Amino acid sequence: MREVEAVLISHGISTCAGCALELAARHVMDVLGPNTVIVIPPGCAALLSGFGSETALRIPGIQGNLENSAAYAAGIRAGFEMQNRESVTVLALAGDGGTVDIGLQALSGVFERGDRILYVCYDNEAYMNTGIQGSGSTPVGATTTTTPGGKDRPRKDMLAIAAAHKIPYLASASVGYVRDLRKKIEKAEATSGPSYIHIHAPCPTGWGYESAKTIEVAKAAVQTGAWPLYEVEKGRTRITVKVGELRPVAEYLRLQGRFSGLGDADIEAIQAQVTEDLESLLEKCQEEECETRSVRAATTGDRDIGELP
Amino acid sequence: MSEPPERHTAKLGQTRALLGPVATTFATVHTGNWRTERPEVDYGNCAECGVCSEYCPAGVVEMRKELEECVSIDWYCCKGCGICAEVCPRRCITMISETGYDAE
Amino acid sequence: MARVQVIAAYPVTPQSPIVEKLARHVAEGSLPAKYMRVESEHSALSCVIGAQLTGVRTGTATSSVGLALMHEVLGVASGCRVPIVMAVVNRALVSPWSLWCDHQDTMAERDSGWLQFYAENAQEVLDLLLMAYRIAEHERVLTPAMVCLDGFFVSHSLQSVTMPDQETVDGFLPAYRAANLYLDPDDPMFINGLVPPEDFTEMRYQQLVGFESALRVIPQVQEEFFSKFGRRYEMVEAYRCEDADVVLVTIGSMSGTAKHVVNKQRDQGIPVGVVKLTTFRPFPVEALRKALGGARVVGVLDRSAGLGAPSAPVCLEVVAAVRDEGVRVIGYVGGLGGRDITETTVESIFRELLEIKDGRRSKPVKPWIDVRADAMTIRPWGGKAS
Repeated sequence: MREVEAVLISHGISTCAGCALELAARHVMDVLGPNTVIVIPPGCAALLSGFGSETALRIPGIQGNLENSAAYAAGIRAGFEMQNRESVTVLALAGDGGTVDIGLQALSGVFERGDRILYVCYDNEAYMNTGIQGSGSTPVGATTTTTPGGKDRPRKDMLAIAAAHKIPYLASASVGYVRDLRKKIEKAEATSGPSYIHIHAPCPTGWGYESAKTIEVAKAAVQTGAWPLYEVEKGRTRITVKVGELRPVAEYLRLQGRFSGLGDADIEAIQAQVTEDLESLLEKCQEEECETRSVRAATTGDRDIGELP
Repeated sequence: MSEPPERHTAKLGQTRALLGPVATTFATVHTGNWRTERPEVDYGNCAECGVCSEYCPAGVVEMRKELEECVSIDWYCCKGCGICAEVCPRRCITMISETGYDAE
Repeated sequence: MARVQVIAAYPVTPQSPIVEKLARHVAEGSLPAKYMRVESEHSALSCVIGAQLTGVRTGTATSSVGLALMHEVLGVASGCRVPIVMAVVNRALVSPWSLWCDHQDTMAERDSGWLQFYAENAQEVLDLLLMAYRIAEHERVLTPAMVCLDGFFVSHSLQSVTMPDQETVDGFLPAYRAANLYLDPDDPMFINGLVPPEDFTEMRYQQLVGFESALRVIPQVQEEFFSKFGRRYEMVEAYRCEDADVVLVTIGSMSGTAKHVVNKQRDQGIPVGVVKLTTFRPFPVEALRKALGGARVVGVLDRSAGLGAPSAPVCLEVVAAVRDEGVRVIGYVGGLGGRDITETTVESIFRELLEIKDGRRSKPVKPWIDVRADAMTIRPWGGKAS
């Protein structure tokens, strides 16, 4: 019997070699600490939950169903609240399928009610655990077993959906930038109300690249503008990792087997969309920055204007 | 109103059987068995930056700065994914092929 | 009264007044609980399971399609041995769409692993709910429970009810403490992970043992309830069956009507009786056999269709229970989708049962006792205008 030090997640888990979810989960748990209860739906993260009498977790948790992680978490929060145990962190760790598709309703309910849970979505852009089927988060052009010719429609913008609910804190994150991710988890934990972190989690098995390249792929997504890293804090959008000179998105796409069916025209279309989406995001940041400035300018003498609601 | 739950392990170390699906054994899968290559650090170049440790998905790379060979790897669990070699800013980690390697 | 601390419920006719009143009590401060205004029944049950696992007693209620939407999560409560108590206002499942009383909703969940109790009237609803918490939370039971009440006939009728005082209730129903599985960072465990074939059967078997224990615990709790509150309950109530030639098995509010008919018939010297099933899950085989007494012809009135089966649900289970007793069981279906079960309906059933007992008839005229003769042509369409 091996000796194990008191880590919260076992070092020996049957996730794929090079799994981004595993990396993300470790950093999330390292920030949050042991006073945490976790809800994990069926999916890749269920490998943390364990099998039979064994678990890879040293914190308490429950495997719910695929679509209701947010609801279990909200109920757990309510139970602790009524017992004056507010300091416990309630975390849901769900994949893109269990969040943007079947999990959307329960999550939307949590957002609207303002239940204080930390919802982390690890996005490997398909239903990976069941064999790489397409999800609402699969990007246009990607091959999955249910989009064998390449997905012909863009993905859902889950962060925009979260922002539309006006929750106090939401952010995109990437396993290619773990320090940024950790800061965001800290902010989310301190939020009084629902918080949402959407982590880009490249998957060697499903995306078609060798396991060693997970971080390279994740970084490429950010550096090409395909996965901008930003946060929306009380309605104010801010880019958290600025990219100096954007690389062409083709450099990101060509790293992955799932995009190997794309022709030049497809890649150009994707580039155009990435550029457009990034420009909207930047405009939003500037608009909100300008609004803050003009509110400040309009108020004489009072420096503590604070942030916009 | 509500009382704290009964502990499933009483103070005297007795256990009672829990009903239903529950896992209480913290387990470590011997994922070190998976690998076909393992990382090797060239300490001549190592800057002790810790990036390899930060980005190891299995969390098996530990920085032990008090040691000369500061990159300590848990071989029982290292899957040989190769990420540490890829992310090292000094490129001082190489993946070495291994055959029949037994964990210590 | 049961001191629930977290309530999560979604409005659905005819349960909506329950959630409205609970919300009001919480808002006014008379019920110190957290009211979660969930966005679906699926989430309602998920929320209360989450809360109950942290160590608080919870409350929820639903009906019909809401219960159907919860179906997936019902199994989590029962499989993880979480003693949730839920009021279900019996209403037809769709389609056809109906707002009104029918038992298909809860009958569809008879294999969900939940205890099921059926109330005859408002007093029973209150009493059965209080007892349900005790029974469900009992360490040898640890099984969630549904307390079922007929939509509109019970849920929307005004009846005077004897309210117990809080102190007596507290003496009957102690503070909740999470036993078995719970979520507590001070004592971590992972609940509801994947279970291999080597263990699955055993966990189901554990639930079976819980149901068998319930058969013993329920009468004990009912006895204690009687001693504290003065109202007697049994898993199966035999009403004037001692010398009955024929007996009708009933469930829910129809029992009141049936008892009234029994009284009228007895006044005319006709020896009939009613056996009311208060507990449906676990199905109280011994108690039922005992209640039926010497009656050799037993009718069962189901309030759900039980399509495709040899008989409707309650009838099937009564048949199984009396299998080797030499009793002839005649199944009837009536009162679907809000159709009233009238005295006339019950009288015709008794008449037929007596005719069968006397050998003047071999089977019912029509088991669907209140179906209209023009059933197949109620929606004429097309053809020439006359």
